[in-house]
Amino acid sequence: MPLSAQHPASGESFVLSASLDNARHLSSLLRAVHFQDHATCFATTNGLRVTVEAAKCVQANAFIQAEIFQEFAVQEESVTFRINLSVLLDCLTIFGSSSLPGTSTALRMCYRGYGYPLMLFLEEGGVVTVCKINTQEPEELLDFDFCSTKVVNKIILQSEGLREAFAELDMTSEVLQITMSPDKPYFRLSTFGNAGSAHVDYPKDSDLVEAFYCNQTQTNRYKISLLKPSTKALVLSCKVSIRTDAQGFLSLQYMIRNEDGQVCFVEYYCCPNEDAAEAEL
Amino acid sequence: MRFRAKIVDLACLNHFSRVTNTIAKLARTCTLRLTARKLYFILSDKVANGGVGMWCELCQGNFFDEFQMEGVAAEHNEIYLEIVPENLSRALKTAQSAKAVKIKLTNKHCPCLRVAVELPSLSSSSRIVTHDIPVGVIPRRLWNDFREPSVPDFDVSIYLPALKTMKSVVERMKNLSNSIVIEANLSGEMNLKIETDLVCVTTHFKDLGNPPWASEDGCQSSAQDRDLESMAEACIDIKKLQQLLAGQQVNPTKALCNIVSKRIVHFVLLHEDVSLQYFIPALA
Repeated sequence: MPLSAQHPASGESFVLSASLDNARHLSSLLRAVHFQDHATCFATTNGLRVTVEAAKCVQANAFIQAEIFQEFAVQEESVTFRINLSVLLDCLTIFGSSSLPGTSTALRMCYRGYGYPLMLFLEEGGVVTVCKINTQEPEELLDFDFCSTKVVNKIILQSEGLREAFAELDMTSEVLQITMSPDKPYFRLSTFGNAGSAHVDYPKDSDLVEAFYCNQTQTNRYKISLLKPSTKALVLSCKVSIRTDAQGFLSLQYMIRNEDGQVCFVEYYCCPNEDAAEAEL
Repeated sequence: MRFRAKIVDLACLNHFSRVTNTIAKLARTCTLRLTARKLYFILSDKVANGGVGMWCELCQGNFFDEFQMEGVAAEHNEIYLEIVPENLSRALKTAQSAKAVKIKLTNKHCPCLRVAVELPSLSSSSRIVTHDIPVGVIPRRLWNDFREPSVPDFDVSIYLPALKTMKSVVERMKNLSNSIVIEANLSGEMNLKIETDLVCVTTHFKDLGNPPWASEDGCQSSAQDRDLESMAEACIDIKKLQQLLAGQQVNPTKALCNIVSKRIVHFVLLHEDVSLQYFIPALA
C-alpha cells in the first residue's frame, strides 16, 4: 500500500499534514522530552512544538521546524492537541528503534482537527503500519516568560563536557545546586547526597566553555528529579546554553544535530526551589 | 531406563545450546521425550499453560556424537522426563568453549540429568563442571497426554514475514495492548492489529506467499474453495506471540502459520535440524 494511496480524498481536509522521510528525525527529539506520558502538540506553519510538563515546575519543549519535514502544511493559524507521548513514540518506532545504516522509516502524519485522532502512516521495506491515536483537550501550559532581556547569567558549553557530570549526578541528593558567577568558581554544579556533597567546577577559560556572560553571582537550587530527565536531551546535543533570570528560573537550551546534519532545539525550563537557603560553596 | 549422550563438536554444541535457549523462553517446564532417533521438547496444551502447545523435534544424530538410550521397556523404548528447560540452557551456557559435554540420566538421590562440561585447561588434567538438573520421570500411563498434535483444519496457511520485522512490531504493540489480532488470506496478505481505547495500530504485510498443502486423503480442507481475499483471523495473547518471536535466535529456513478463524494459530518454524511447532489459542 504506497503512502500516496493514503492521501485524503478531495473534500476531506486535514488541518495538519506532514511527511518525513526519516521518522527518527522526529522520534529522537520527542524522546529527549519524554519524561511524562502526556504532551501537548502545537503546530503552526513554522513547524511543530511538543511540550511536556511536570509538577507545575518544569517544562520541556522540542522544536521541529517545518524545514525538517519533506512536507508540512497547517491549514489554520495554529493547531493544538494533547496526546499520549508514550503511545506516540511506540508508534513512531514501530519498526524498531535501532538506527541501521541505510534503513529508515518514512512517516506521514495527518490530523483532521479538534476531536479527531492523529493518524500516522509509517513505511519501511514495503511494510506499512497505520496508527490512529486519540487526542485530548489541550491543557493550559506554563509560561516561563523567559526572554533574552531578562537573562542575568548565560553560559554556552559543549555538551560533551556536561555529559559525564549529569550521568553521574548523585540522585540521593534532593537538589541540584547551580552556581554561576563572574568570579571563581565561575560555574559549579553541586549535590548534597547521603555520602556527602559533590561539586563539579568549570573554569570560564576551559575549552569546553564557548561563551561566558555572567554579570552576577547566583546560586540556585532545583529539584534534581525534575532536571534529571534533561540528560536525554544533553546526550543528543552538541551544545547547551544555560541561562538564569533574576528570580533564578533556569533555561537549558540544547542544540541537536540530526543524522542529516540539520539542527533542532530542545529546551528545558525549571523553577528554583523557593527556600533559597545559604549556598554551600 | 538408561540415557547417556555426548557432544564433542563445538558447532553442534552451540546449535543445541541455541535450541535449549529458545525452548527456555517458551516454557517454564516442559516434557523432554527421548527415543532412539529423536529428542522432543513438548508442552501439551493444558489450561495451566494458558492453552499454548509446543512440539519441538530434533534428530539426535545431527547433534550428538554419542547417543545411547534404553526406555522403560523393550516395546516402549522411550523416556519421558519433566524438565525445567532454563536449567538445561543455563548449564549449556558454561559450555561455550567446551571440549566435550556429556549428558547422563542418573538417580542418586532423585532422578537428574547430569550435564558434565569438560573445559579446556592449561594443565594436563581437564576441568569438569557438572550440573545436576532435577527431572521428573513421567510414567508410561501418562504418555498419551504428549502425543504429537495434528495439523489443525486451518482456514488460511501463510508464510510469515521477516521475523526481525515481525518481532519489532509485536514488541512495540505489546506496550500498547494485551491482545493482538492476526489475520491473513490466501493472497499472501497478513495484518497484525491492536485496538484499545487509546490507539489502533495495524501493520500490513504483502506478498508473503501461501504454502501449498497437499491434502492427505484427497478431501478438500476448509482452505480450498476459499475466497482468496477473505481474511481468517484470531485474537491471541500478545505476550505469547512476543515470546515465540523473541526466542528465535537464528532465522528459520521456513516459517509459516496456519490460522483457524477465531480458534487457534499454529506456528511452524523449520530449521535444518530442528522443527518447532507452537500453538496459540484464540482468546475467549
